[in-house]
Amino acid sequence: MEELLNILNEMHPDVDFATEEHLIDNMILDSLDIVSLIAEISDVFDVTITARDIVPANFNSAKALYALIEKLDNEA
Amino acid sequence: MHHNVLNDLWRTAREKPEKLAFSDGVNGLTFGEVCRQSRAIGTFLHQRGIYRRPVVVFMEKSPQEVTAFFGVVAGGCFYVPLDAEMPSGRIQLILDNVKSPLLICDEHTLETARSFQLDGAEAVLYSDLAGLEPDDDALEDIRNRALDTDPIYVVFTSGSTGIPKGVAACHRSVLDYMEQLSEVLGFNEHTVFGSQTPLYFDACLKELYGTIKCGGTTYLIPKSLFSIPVSLVEYLNEHKINTVCWVVSALTMISAFGTFEIVKPEYLRTIAFGSEVFPAKQLRLWRKALPEASFTNLYGPTEGTGMCCYYHVDREFEEGEAIPIGHPFPNREILLLDENGQPAAKGEPGELCIRGTTLTLGYYNDPERTSAAFIQNPLQSAYPEWIYKTGDIGRYNERGELVFVSRKDYQIKHMGHRVELGEVEVNAAMVPGIQMTACIYDGRRSKIVLYYVGGLTEKELTAELKNRLPRYMLPNRILRLERLPQTANGKIDRKALEASYLGAR
Repeated sequence: MEELLNILNEMHPDVDFATEEHLIDNMILDSLDIVSLIAEISDVFDVTITARDIVPANFNSAKALYALIEKLDNEA
Repeated sequence: MHHNVLNDLWRTAREKPEKLAFSDGVNGLTFGEVCRQSRAIGTFLHQRGIYRRPVVVFMEKSPQEVTAFFGVVAGGCFYVPLDAEMPSGRIQLILDNVKSPLLICDEHTLETARSFQLDGAEAVLYSDLAGLEPDDDALEDIRNRALDTDPIYVVFTSGSTGIPKGVAACHRSVLDYMEQLSEVLGFNEHTVFGSQTPLYFDACLKELYGTIKCGGTTYLIPKSLFSIPVSLVEYLNEHKINTVCWVVSALTMISAFGTFEIVKPEYLRTIAFGSEVFPAKQLRLWRKALPEASFTNLYGPTEGTGMCCYYHVDREFEEGEAIPIGHPFPNREILLLDENGQPAAKGEPGELCIRGTTLTLGYYNDPERTSAAFIQNPLQSAYPEWIYKTGDIGRYNERGELVFVSRKDYQIKHMGHRVELGEVEVNAAMVPGIQMTACIYDGRRSKIVLYYVGGLTEKELTAELKNRLPRYMLPNRILRLERLPQTANGKIDRKALEASYLGAR
């Protein structure tokens, strides 16, 4: 989780990712952020996020995103 | 030959008043409604005595915003589109430049509009104007007095000094552009556009004027969908969208994550893209998913009214191979000039310079920067003739196609947007407590990287920059240094920064 928060903080140092729960709904992360986020996650966690996973429910909070990473990691 | 962009709208509205013209997927306006409401706006301008002046349109992306543009032109004025997402500092700079007497707003933007220093300008609601009874005689008189060399819009683009530049374009340039573009891309009354670009850039000319010219329909796709590839393709299918002119990153967002294995755009047949490099692998995925569709690379600076060159993809490309920008549309010429203003030798690189009706009127209220970029054609001195120096370096490949090579300066293309790294640096340097700034671009990862020296934390500087720069110009990485590396003659050493940034990755 800490590694994920580091990635997110590097993108938007002014956002409190530990508590924010509307990253997509409030357009805090835009499509460009999501593309680079997926690339970084794939580098660091060695999981592949595909179109099926790119939905607001998975990207609205760091917690949800981390749960997605764990799920993909278990499936792999 | 007609000489007013609105003639197309009046004609189409007469022929098919009930047809849907512009929609966001939920709310739409027919050609008849666009016609009547734009004439109401034009009538309001006339009643206020606002004529041949810039009128700011400050609204959320919507069919009404498009109609407001046409309304401003119907009143004999020219529109200046501003966006609610622009940072307030930038909006104020633009307002100070254009000195518009009127801002047309919607319910979401009116309050923000009134928070600016308006210098006597009035902020009004679109919905209060749209129902006015059109004064046909007055509008007819305005139209009869309009020349095709009169401006219809001013759109603002990044400026290296930190002050955005307002590019003004006239009826004639837009009419000529639409004539060529609709021929090349095959627009007709069955064309259903899916618009991706914001309305405050000239990129939206294709859909807006393509729709009124050909009697098609434009869907203004909600921005949030571009983060959710499966939903985006479902939206295209739901509205039977067959034509898109998007930035490359919007297209690769779909292809890069396996969206085509879940859902394909069933109706899409015409795909135009531009403003940045299309990775060969992604283009291949698109062509494989849509073997019937045509793919066209477009190139052109805002100063040349929309796009100037096109290339229909007709072959496979290797990884890392650049897709050509091809050939100019008819009725414009690209000159490839060397440093002495002479034609570059065969196969050699030169600066792309544009000549023809497609040239815009220059930068609004800015003679200095206009005369630096719009110059007398150096190939003839017998009569006055402007060319526009794009600052882009290009060359012809062995097939005789134009290829983009690089920039002359610190302008970059970031996710389809044109950004002067100097503008990012200057805005960061203006933040109190910041001593020095330098920006580099990591093209491979599409990241603007800002280095600075100063007393603020990265977090504080980020928050400050959000008030000054539009989102697409915000650095993706901000790094604080004790000092910036310098070259032997005391300039900031960007090469050293680039090397250390890429080395650390």
